[in-house]
Formats: sequence, structure tokens, C-alpha cells
Amino acid sequence: MSRLNQIMVGASVACMAIAFSFGCTKNSETPAPPAAADNVIKIGQFGSMTGDEATFGQSTDKGVRLAIDARNAAGGIKGKKIVLLTEDDQGKPEEASAVVKKLITQDKVIALLGEVASTRSLAAAPIAQQFKVPMVSPSSTNPKVTQVGDYIFRVCFIDPVQGPIVARFAHDTLKVMKVAILKDLKSDYSLGLSEFFVKKFTELGGKIVAEQTFQAGDSDFKGQLTRIRASAPDAIFIPAYYTEVGLIARQARQLGLKAVLIGGDGWDSPKLFEIGQESVNGSYFSNHYSSESPAPATQDFIKKYKEKFNETPDGLAAAGFDAAQILLNAIASAPELTSAAVRERLAATKDFDGATGKITINADRNADKDIFIVKVDGKALKFVTLLKPTN
Amino acid sequence: MEELIQHVINGLNLGAIYALIALGYTMVYGVLQLINFAHSEVYMVGAFAAYYGALRFHLTDNPGWGAFGLTLLIAMVICSALGLCIERFAYRPLRGAPKTNTLITAIGVSLFLQFAGQVVFGADPKLFPEVLRDETLFSFGEIRIQLFDVTILAVALVAMLLLNYFINKTKTGMAIRAVSFSFRSATLMGINVNSIIMVTFIVGSSLAGIGAVLVGLKYPKIQPLMGTLIGLKAFVAAVLGGIGNLPGAIVGGLLMGLCEEMVVAYLSSTYRDALAFGLLIFILLFKPSGIMGQTRVEKV
Repeated sequence: MSRLNQIMVGASVACMAIAFSFGCTKNSETPAPPAAADNVIKIGQFGSMTGDEATFGQSTDKGVRLAIDARNAAGGIKGKKIVLLTEDDQGKPEEASAVVKKLITQDKVIALLGEVASTRSLAAAPIAQQFKVPMVSPSSTNPKVTQVGDYIFRVCFIDPVQGPIVARFAHDTLKVMKVAILKDLKSDYSLGLSEFFVKKFTELGGKIVAEQTFQAGDSDFKGQLTRIRASAPDAIFIPAYYTEVGLIARQARQLGLKAVLIGGDGWDSPKLFEIGQESVNGSYFSNHYSSESPAPATQDFIKKYKEKFNETPDGLAAAGFDAAQILLNAIASAPELTSAAVRERLAATKDFDGATGKITINADRNADKDIFIVKVDGKALKFVTLLKPTN
Repeated sequence: MEELIQHVINGLNLGAIYALIALGYTMVYGVLQLINFAHSEVYMVGAFAAYYGALRFHLTDNPGWGAFGLTLLIAMVICSALGLCIERFAYRPLRGAPKTNTLITAIGVSLFLQFAGQVVFGADPKLFPEVLRDETLFSFGEIRIQLFDVTILAVALVAMLLLNYFINKTKTGMAIRAVSFSFRSATLMGINVNSIIMVTFIVGSSLAGIGAVLVGLKYPKIQPLMGTLIGLKAFVAAVLGGIGNLPGAIVGGLLMGLCEEMVVAYLSSTYRDALAFGLLIFILLFKPSGIMGQTRVEKV
């Protein structure tokens, strides 16, 4: 090795060492301040702002922002401004856990809002629980979500309640006896909801004549639908998200299937009709809310939402609004601004008058609520009935 | 029985889509011995070109064959341009390099376009404009055949026949065959290798554009990652049929479609993709050059 080379190597090692030591001092001198010490309160939100269920994340975000902006306009909480940090998980469970980790460890949020899809809530919940940061899901209905731990809450009903209600509605009101199921194998939501539906529906004396599966992201469902057609069902229950539902409905009608289509809250999106068009007309699904509900809290929310965004809110926007309101109330009433104190207050939520109805957080950190059944009528969703969760 | 016939029809329809895209893979492979992985992304860009084109020119206002033709033209032109760019800037600089280098570049271009697509078009799915209305052409009892299904199969077959004629009967086709046989000898014969390769990419990419519009109409949900799986399956179809062989692409595509449909119908949708790739391994075990592939006798 020549002398020059030795000098070069030596110099670069020295540079590295200096850079490294600078890096270290910088880190040790400025630890990120805890959320409460700041002049702001940071709330993290994660959702599918893009991806196959993009309207879920976008609608929820609008509802959440409406609630937070209103609170900030009224002076914030304890003199502090509320800052919402939103991360896009692109509809992917692995992204959901990554962004939640970032929100907790880098941004030091006091609490989390999200997700709509149960699979992604389930990916994020263990992390929130591990760091003991309360997480409020606006509309994940799979029962496993809140079973992750005592820091995980939701402001909506769960599938063991939703499934039987839809089953009872199909049996008692629609008077269908033979139902075919088409469910998404990759989705916790879809599997859970269909399980609880099937259990109740067979209990009531109905018959499941076909059970077919698909996988999120598929676009051809004709194989499954042809099998379903052969079983001549009165209705097809499709516990899935709106993108697939739209395509399924189209292909079902192309195959000449006239059975009525039934679904759950995953159908609620302005895109449902855009994709499915007249094929989804006359279908029924259970939902968190109906824009035709006369409740003052609901109508007040719709009025404010229309003023701000110039469109009629869907159920996910309403659920997002309620989740944010409940979280803000918990933060405001907490004796100190820590995640643990907020968790205590969240658990004590009782008779909150939300846009989606009266919300009480029960011992399992789920909400006890009534369930709306709506009917697709063109671009509008018509209110059909409001059912109480009795067994 | 009626159910089985319907399954066969569904399978053929699905297979026709694979066949149409497989033609593009086979075409480029035949000339360059390059698996053009970017083909599935050209297809995706074609779908978006058609989407934006149809919105820009308000083609959904009066859907029909005119609007359909115009959308097709837009997609084909944009796809050809993109195919040319990929060839010029990614593959041509590596013309003399080992095949592996070009293959890795192809994968790189494919990933680049996928994620650039997410930035440019946005990651949320878009609804493909309805420039042509689907209708039931034929129904016999329970069996139904849709207009789009027939169109896709017909387009795939016509494209295959035209390509066969083009490759075997025209002067440019002869030049393509010469280039495919040997770059160096073709150059000595006075053939401009670069322009022949460009022609290949134009034809292959236009096919992707046609496929994009037809599939967009049939499954009206388009998003930047839409090419990945369908492209992979079309590639498998091309290999099944014997890559480099045009009728082989059709046979491979239809076979894949039929098998998938039968698996979904009589087993479970879980095994749909497993089957596609299992089938590939199985056939290649017994016939390494694919169903209709011949070992370097005649290529595209």
C-alpha cells in the first residue's frame, strides 16, 4: 500500500469517526419530547387512503378531520391544539403495522385512530398494545380486533352481532330460504361475518345451498357464480368490500342470476354503484348509519359534513367522526395527558350521542349499538329498518 | 351438463385474455430471446391511456363501436410509444451484453413502471369507462355468452392469424425471422436490425394495448398493479404453449383459463394460482419446450 493510499484510508476513517460521534451527540442531546410536554396534542391516524378500499380511508379521514377541526376552532383541549398525523397504509396489512410503529415511536402520538378493515386493524393492534397507546377503530367489526388487549377499542358493532342480524333480516323480512355465500378467503372480516351469518341463518331454519370463496384482488368470479347458479338460491350473501362486490354483482347478472344480493358494512362506498351499476340495485346491506336517520345528532353531523365537503357522508365517515369525538372527549376528560389516562377515560365512555347512534363502550371495549339495514337505490342508500342486537 | 358447458365458456373467455397478452410475450421472445417482463406494465399503461383518453374525448357519452375503436387506437399508440422507449433506453444499450443482464433490466423496468404508475395514476383503483356496452349475445337455457367474451376470443384469434401471416408471408416478417435467427447474419444481408426490433416492439406493445382495453371493459377496475398477476399468468401461458410459437400462445392461454375455471368451480379458489404454476412445472417436466414449442426449428 502506498503512502498516499494509507493517508487516504486514515483520513476517511477519521471522517467516519467524527461523523459517527456527531451522530451520537445529536441523538443524546435532543430526545424527542413527550407528546404532553408540547404545546400540541398529537393524534395518529392510519387508513387506506389509496388502494382497493381507498374510499374507506378517505371517508373516515374526512369524518375525523371534521371532528378535530371543530374542536380546535372551539379552543382545543386544555389550551392545546390538536394535531392529526395521518399515514396511508395503502390497504396493506404490513404497511399498517409499519406506519403505526412510526406514529408511536417517531411521532409519539398520544392515541391512534384506525382502521376500517379488520385485517389491518389486527395487524396494527398488537403494536399499539405493546407500546400501551390506545387505539380506537372506527369500523372494524371482526371480534378479534379488541381481543388483542385492553388498549384496543372500537366504536362500532361486531360481526357476531352483525351477522345474526343480517341473517334474521334475510329470513324474517326478505323471506328467503335458500342462501348462497360468496366470501373472501383472505379477509378476517369476510370469514368472520359469513360464519356468524351462516350459524344464525341455519338456526332459523334457512338453508345454505352453496358456499364459494374468492381472494381479494380477483376480478373473475364467474366460476364461483356458475356453481352458485346451479344451486338456485333465493339470495346471495356477499360479506366483502365494495370493489369486489361491484364486480361480483355485474357478473352475477350477466350469468342471469336474479337472486337478491345481501351484504354487510363493507359495501358502504360511493363507488359501489359506480362499479356495480344497475346490477347492485335493490340489494340490501347492514350498516353503521343511514343518512335518512332522523336522530338529531346524525342530521347535525350530515349538515356540517355537507358544508365542509359538499357531499353526503357515508357510514364510514360517520363512524370516523364518532371515533374521533369519543377519543377527543376522553383526552379532554383525562386528568393528565398520558396514553394510560386516556385509555381509562375511553373505557368509561357511556351513552355518547354520536352520528351513528348512542354509543356505550362495553367491558369488551366494543360498542353496543343498533344496526341499520339499507337498500341500494341508484346512487342513494334507502333506510329500510333499524334492528336491535338481540339474540 | 349446462353448468359444465357454462364453466367451459367461462374458462375459454378467461383463457382468451391470457392468450392475447401471451402473444406479446412470445413475439418479443421469438426475436430477442428476451422475456420482456415489462410487457405486463405496458398493458397496465394501456389501460390507463384508454381511461384518460376516453375521459378526455368524452367517449362514454355515446358508447358504441366508434368510441370503442377510438379507445383502442389511443391505447395502441401509447403502448407502442412506451414499448419503443423501453426498447430504446433499457434494452438497446445492453444489446451485446449477456442475456441475464437484459433479463434483470426487464424486471427492473417492470418494477419501475409499477411504482411510477402508483405515483402518476394514484394507487386507488379506477373505473374503466364504458365505451362499449356488454350484452348477452346468446342464451340457451342457463348458458349465456356475452358480447365481450366473444370479442376477446375473436380478437385473440384474428391477431394470431394476422401475426402468422405477417411473420411468414411479408418482407418485414422475413426480416424479423432473419434477425431472430442471427443478428450478425441479418446485418450482413443488409437488414437494419434496430428498426426490425423496433417493429417487433411496436407490434407486441399494440397487442398489450388491445388486451388492456378489452380486459378493462370486461373487468372495469384498473389500478397500477393490475398487470402483475395477469402478466405472470400470460407468461406462463406462453411458456406452456411453447414460447416463441404464436399458435402455442393461444393454446397455452386457453388451457390455463380452462384449468383455472375448473379448479375454482370444482375445488377451491385458493388453488387457482397454485394450479397455474403447478401446471407449468408439470408440462415442462415432460415437454421442456412447451406444448407446441419446437427446439429451434421455426421461431417467430
